[in-house]
Amino acid sequence: MAPLLEVKGLRARYGITQVLHGMDFSVEEGSVTTILGANGAGKTTTLRAICGLVKTAGSMRFGTTDIQGRQTEDVVRLGIAHVPDGRGTLTRLTVEENLRVGAYTRKDKVAVREDLARIYEFFPRLKERIRQQAGTLSGGEQQMLAVSRALMLRPRLLLLDEPSFGLAPMVVQDLFRIFRQINEESQVSILLVEQNAALALKFAKFAYLVETGRIVLAGPSDVVAADPSVRKVYLGY
Amino acid sequence: MEFLIQQILAGLAAGGIYASLGLALVMIYRATHLINFAQGEMATFSTYIALKLIRAGLPYWAAFVVTVIVSFALGVTIERVIVRPVERAPHLTVVIVLVGIMIVFNSMSGWLFGTTLEMFPSPFASSALLENRLISPHAAGSIIVVFAVLGVVHAFFRYTPIGLAMRAAAQNETSSRLAGIRVGWMLALGWGLAAAIGSVAGMMVAPTVYLDPNMMAGILLYAFAGALLGGIESPMGAVLGGFIVGVAENLIGTYVIGPELKLSAALILIIGILIVRPAGLFGVTYAVKV
Repeated sequence: MAPLLEVKGLRARYGITQVLHGMDFSVEEGSVTTILGANGAGKTTTLRAICGLVKTAGSMRFGTTDIQGRQTEDVVRLGIAHVPDGRGTLTRLTVEENLRVGAYTRKDKVAVREDLARIYEFFPRLKERIRQQAGTLSGGEQQMLAVSRALMLRPRLLLLDEPSFGLAPMVVQDLFRIFRQINEESQVSILLVEQNAALALKFAKFAYLVETGRIVLAGPSDVVAADPSVRKVYLGY
Repeated sequence: MEFLIQQILAGLAAGGIYASLGLALVMIYRATHLINFAQGEMATFSTYIALKLIRAGLPYWAAFVVTVIVSFALGVTIERVIVRPVERAPHLTVVIVLVGIMIVFNSMSGWLFGTTLEMFPSPFASSALLENRLISPHAAGSIIVVFAVLGVVHAFFRYTPIGLAMRAAAQNETSSRLAGIRVGWMLALGWGLAAAIGSVAGMMVAPTVYLDPNMMAGILLYAFAGALLGGIESPMGAVLGGFIVGVAENLIGTYVIGPELKLSAALILIIGILIVRPAGLFGVTYAVKV
């Protein structure tokens, strides 16, 4: 079966600075895939490229649609939800308003209400703070909110950009447990970008390693995790 | 005492106009971080359109509605055609474009409609319902209309999905785009709404100050002072600030300095606010890490 997301020869630039130099990767439907790499390797840029937030060249296919060169607003409507690094919280809106923004493109009002209820089940802390201004939430809560906002799209593919960043280990565990649940229960495919290699390799089924804008290693997570250079540089042993 | 109440009420009527224009200014400011200097001239132009429609035989309220709709379309068009190409340009460039729009509208009003002072009809002048001892029927009606408009705008932003999308788009473009919101069109909508609100302000103030191409220049200044006082980032603040400025201007002009210096008082207020508390009463001060 063809992968849900297939990217070939992806190049991306910020202004005149080329950041991605021809990336090839894919995400199988229903799977959890991770892209690892050090700071500045191009991981975040890769996710932004998928969503059309940077200038790209190359080929990107999502489902049966060619998404390269498309506007972000259109890519998102195809079912790709992006949780950006830094969370992208709409700080001056309330928690519930943030979630409603996430559901902006949906027409099925009843299903939106159901999804809202399900989010509050997943994240009771958010339910407690429905009318609270989103900017006053803690880091962990804002991350939950950002993920929830993405889920309100009912995406087929969820792009997670460094979800563990700045969060306490306990919170990270909870978060990833919920990601696993979402992936298994709702068949949402996940493409995870993480600096925390150990965490990502445990969580994902398939892994890619990026160095300065190129994929240098690819394979099932356990194979990548056992690779000696990966172990030395990214896992520390 | 009755005289004082009359002055306060008259101040509220004027304040309502400043509040409306101030709201229009804030709406565009929140989305673009720029003051739309052309707001007043666009409102004047809209008021001329209304006058032409009325003179062509349209009943007042029909002309009112048509003018609001046409002004909305005009605002949207200006944003899409003139402002959008310079969206990403340096601030100074956009400021120059806005000043240019202001000059063009001012000149167009004079060129298309003439520069002689015109009388603009009030739908409330002969209304028995609004007769009272404290303010003129038109001022009373004007206050009612302004509150109605402000109420509708508030409800629109608070309770409708598009209103929510516009608020999101003004705050965080990337997050909004990732939610599928077409940020460019939200901006255009904001301009349309601002132009529509401005046209209402124009039609409400014209009967009192008479219509000529420069009608709004001084009024825009008061509206700006009011919006700054209340907080240029805060719609509620701008409205409150507008009313405060209206009442204060009237009371100061009557009891303290006389009408000649009222405009100077507004200018001094603007400078004072910018020096002492630029965020205004309800605005938010941003700390930026450098």
